[in-house]
Amino acid sequence: MADKHIDDISGVETTGHEWDGIRELNNPLPRWWLWTFYATIVWAIGYVIVYPAIPMLKDATRGVINYSSRAELTKEVASAKAAQGALAQKIAASSMDQILADPQLTQFATAAGAAAFKVNCVPCHGSGAAGGAGYPNLNDNDWLWGGSAEAIHQTIAHGIRSSDDPETRLSEMPAFAEILKPDQIRQVAAYVISLTDKPHNPALVEPGKQVFADNCASCHGENAQGNREFGAPNLADAIWLRVHGEDEIAKQVQAPKHGVMPAWQARLGETTVKELAVYVHSLGGGE
Amino acid sequence: MNLYTAKGIGNEPAKEPAPAAPPPEPLYSARKKIFPKRVEGRFRRFKWLVMAVTLAIYYLTPWIRWDRGPFAPDQAVLIDLAHRRFYFFFIEIWPQEFFFVAGLLVMAGFGLFLVTSAVGRAWCGYTCPQTVWVDLFMAVERFIEGDRNAQMKLDAAPWSGEKVWKRVSKHATWLAIAVATGGAWIFYFADAPSLAFDFVTGQANYVAYSTVATLTATTYVLGGLMREQVCIYMCPWPRIQGAMLDDNSLVVTYNDWRGEPRGKHVKKSAAAEVSVGDCVDCNACVAVCPMGIDIRDGQQMACITCALCIDACDNVMDKLGKPRGLIAYGTLNEYQSNMALATDNGRSAIDPARVRKADGSFIDAVRHFDWTIILRPRTILYMSVWTAVGLGLLFALLGRDRLEMNVLHDRNPQFVLESDGSIRNGYTIRLLNMIPERRTIMLSMEDLPEASMKVSPVSERPDRVFAIPVDPDQATTLKVFVTLPKNAIVAPTEGFTFIAEDRASGERSVYRATFNSPGAK
Repeated sequence: MADKHIDDISGVETTGHEWDGIRELNNPLPRWWLWTFYATIVWAIGYVIVYPAIPMLKDATRGVINYSSRAELTKEVASAKAAQGALAQKIAASSMDQILADPQLTQFATAAGAAAFKVNCVPCHGSGAAGGAGYPNLNDNDWLWGGSAEAIHQTIAHGIRSSDDPETRLSEMPAFAEILKPDQIRQVAAYVISLTDKPHNPALVEPGKQVFADNCASCHGENAQGNREFGAPNLADAIWLRVHGEDEIAKQVQAPKHGVMPAWQARLGETTVKELAVYVHSLGGGE
Repeated sequence: MNLYTAKGIGNEPAKEPAPAAPPPEPLYSARKKIFPKRVEGRFRRFKWLVMAVTLAIYYLTPWIRWDRGPFAPDQAVLIDLAHRRFYFFFIEIWPQEFFFVAGLLVMAGFGLFLVTSAVGRAWCGYTCPQTVWVDLFMAVERFIEGDRNAQMKLDAAPWSGEKVWKRVSKHATWLAIAVATGGAWIFYFADAPSLAFDFVTGQANYVAYSTVATLTATTYVLGGLMREQVCIYMCPWPRIQGAMLDDNSLVVTYNDWRGEPRGKHVKKSAAAEVSVGDCVDCNACVAVCPMGIDIRDGQQMACITCALCIDACDNVMDKLGKPRGLIAYGTLNEYQSNMALATDNGRSAIDPARVRKADGSFIDAVRHFDWTIILRPRTILYMSVWTAVGLGLLFALLGRDRLEMNVLHDRNPQFVLESDGSIRNGYTIRLLNMIPERRTIMLSMEDLPEASMKVSPVSERPDRVFAIPVDPDQATTLKVFVTLPKNAIVAPTEGFTFIAEDRASGERSVYRATFNSPGAK
């Protein structure tokens, strides 16, 4: 800037830039502004030293205090767990009946179970626990293996037909295609459907009743009311887990399908399984 | 700039030929130090009174106790953020009743409109916290450093032991006041005595300390250091209030129709038989102004209408044996009418002789302030809106429910088929017991006679009512199942009613609910 240009009116030096005869005054920055600016630079340097900042090929610089948001999260989760520790331990040490007798434990377990249900159970049983074809609705009062809190706990802990748990609930309906004649299968299907007043062929009901008494009553009971010992469904109630109508019943008699539920005790631990049992029990069908 | 004379009937024709163009004003000018002089008078006394009352309200309110029984705090005014409650003497507000606070803000707004249109910027001049605390800080300053002249001398003097001592003790006192100010604030949000103990012994929450630190800093900086700068550069109120003034609003006015031409040499002028105004150019009004302005320049944005210049001028007028009111509260209408008299409707310069009789008293045509001007359509409108909102809030307060029921119908699943073919619906019911006493709420349903109801874990009484014990001042959440037998199901959606009632007090909350089902088959 060899040729300094001084503005006539203000007496201030200009930057030398000119637009349509207008020149920009070269006033110094306000001092407070300048110092704030320097302070932000100092702050930025300090920040880069203290916190993770500069990206490298695989990682970033760690910073001297070794901060990471993941570690923060782990710490927060740990402290939340610690805060719940007393109640969680109490739940682990209590029987299902003891938990249900204590309103505070019940409330805590229901809330915790609801959260665990959303993570672990929703894929099969649905977010509202209403199930689907082959997956039981947990809201109703129809229970294959029992609806007491204790029975629900047993089912969740050890699963149903779970291959990796020796205590799992196990039973299989035989494939009657090899035992009964096709006529007999149609007759028993007509009898079963008649129990719930659904459309059926009345001529087949009477012989079907005999077939049922000879082959099915040992598990499903004389009045087809089911048996929870074997997970044998009640065939006389309004709820059908898998099949609708005579044809589908006949198919199920010929070559039954069986549901499988994993054992959760080993994966989730005693406390969470108990909480899940309390939650499922609270849905409205609990006994 | 004098807005009155620029706009009014004023001096234009009589103006002297325009002087050479003044040097362009810089956009930024450094702050001029202001050393307001002590003044006595009726407005000063009123300001002391307002200061005492407002500071007493601010500092003492959190310490007032109010017995609400064992289940609620005993502090008369408490904003309990942790529990989402606001207590004000006999009123307890839950978060959903926050409209009361909104209503109070509406009232405050209309109150401000009303006050401003009637008596001008009275809020700025008397009750604004900035004004009150600056006034307090100036009182401290005068006590330690002396009055205007002593302060100016001290300011100009080189640093000495005395100057250091005075400055240190002034700022220390300011800081002490600032700490007390910030300290009082936090007591509105927690039990004052226990918080005070925790605070002093270092056991209080860090939020308490940081709040006090922040408010200490703002009080000290805004009240001690920035003062009039806050009103002129930071505060939006002067602009808004300025826009709400009209020709009949009271503002602090220099009555130049009787003051001009001003002069120090009254006797000399009288001897020369030149007509002079009442203003002796003593600058008393300028010396006392906390905003550092000259009110004789006319109404201006920086004037907070604290009226101290009125006191100062009245004192001078009393000494001179002239009538008070050279500077006075007045309206633009009166001023312009009197100005027209003094300038012969703008045909000449101001000649005070036109408004005076031979004995020196004012002619009858001079208009004086008339209190009835406060009652005009605009103020009456503001007043009625203000009153309407206030009455509305009052009725809402007297008639509000202290028992409420919220019902949430389960949506997932909407209904459950039971094994006997009946249909069950689930509801989450929250009973809000909004008084600090234990109660038993009777929960029942109506309109679906065949339905059965289950409220876990409460058992049903023979009269089909569930007696729910609810905690004081709490919301109680219940899971409720309603089941309708197969043969009673008609439509996919049936309406029915939940009823929650406190049979002791007769309070009752009703919710019209729906029952969903697949419908009759």
